[in-house]
Amino acid sequence: MNQSPLHVLLADDDEDDRMTFKDALEEIRIKTRLTLVKDGIQLMDYLQQDDCDYPGIVFLDLNMPREGGIECLRKIRNDKKLKNLSVAIYSTSASESDIEDTFIKGANVYIKKPNDFTSLVKVLEEVITINWQYHNSDLNRENFVLSL
Amino acid sequence: MKLHVRFDMVTVCKVVLQERLEKLGIPFELNTLGEVEFQDTITLAQQEEINQDLKKYGIELLDDQKTIFVQKIKDTIIELVNMDEKISSAKFSDFLAQKLNYSYGHISKLFSDVTFTSIENFIILQKIERAKQLILNANLTLTEVAWKLNYSSVQHLSNQFKKTTGITPTAFQRIIKMRRLQSDQTS
Repeated sequence: MNQSPLHVLLADDDEDDRMTFKDALEEIRIKTRLTLVKDGIQLMDYLQQDDCDYPGIVFLDLNMPREGGIECLRKIRNDKKLKNLSVAIYSTSASESDIEDTFIKGANVYIKKPNDFTSLVKVLEEVITINWQYHNSDLNRENFVLSL
Repeated sequence: MKLHVRFDMVTVCKVVLQERLEKLGIPFELNTLGEVEFQDTITLAQQEEINQDLKKYGIELLDDQKTIFVQKIKDTIIELVNMDEKISSAKFSDFLAQKLNYSYGHISKLFSDVTFTSIENFIILQKIERAKQLILNANLTLTEVAWKLNYSSVQHLSNQFKKTTGITPTAFQRIIKMRRLQSDQTS
């Protein structure tokens, strides 16, 4: 394959979670390259660089110190340069209404963090495959919502 | 006894390409290494033939032609999904095979190799996308959308919608409405 790898960005304050995510991402079939940041402030600093290497999809942990996922999501959707980014919310658990609320705020994907590695690989593969279709098949990103 | 040889890889590759392509009888010219220029356009079948022939030398045509073919498959599917006439999913495979002039097996394998998903999944994704558009823009009821996209029942559409997106069609409708409302307020 000569497709360039999909650039994935993860913002998560837990080091173990970041490492598990990295390992899981390496298991999926679509080639990716990963950028890791530790919290929302680092994330926004990264995204607002002048020569930013924009990711194809951003995974946001909901609960991070300094600046949480929802606040980042709001900033991303209100920024002209960033508002078309695919954003996946990555959280330990949530009620149906929390999920719906994040979608209304502009998230494309909601993932409940799975408890085991195999499920995580499966979930990531699904998200990335579908996101890839939105990239490559001219689908309307405004209608892209996926809850897993 | 051992003799040692030294290869000049560039010459090896050029000679192999030259000989094989001459054998296939398609007029061509070798540009800088890695690029072959053909005087006439060559068909997908010919490309496949070249690919097969060069494979045993470890030479492979780059994937552009595959990507182009996959694009054709996608375009055909999108055309079918967006047709106003109702289409049953069984007809998709016949239609694709006929239109692209390959067996469905070949089409389907190539598609999965390049996109990491199956044609069946892609069709479902496209149908659900179309359902989303219809729900949002055409003011159709779910029953009408199900009928238009040839689902056997509203239940079937709802199930596939939920399975593909994780949310129900009604929740989807609510979310997009609220989202639009919110972005109207902030902008």
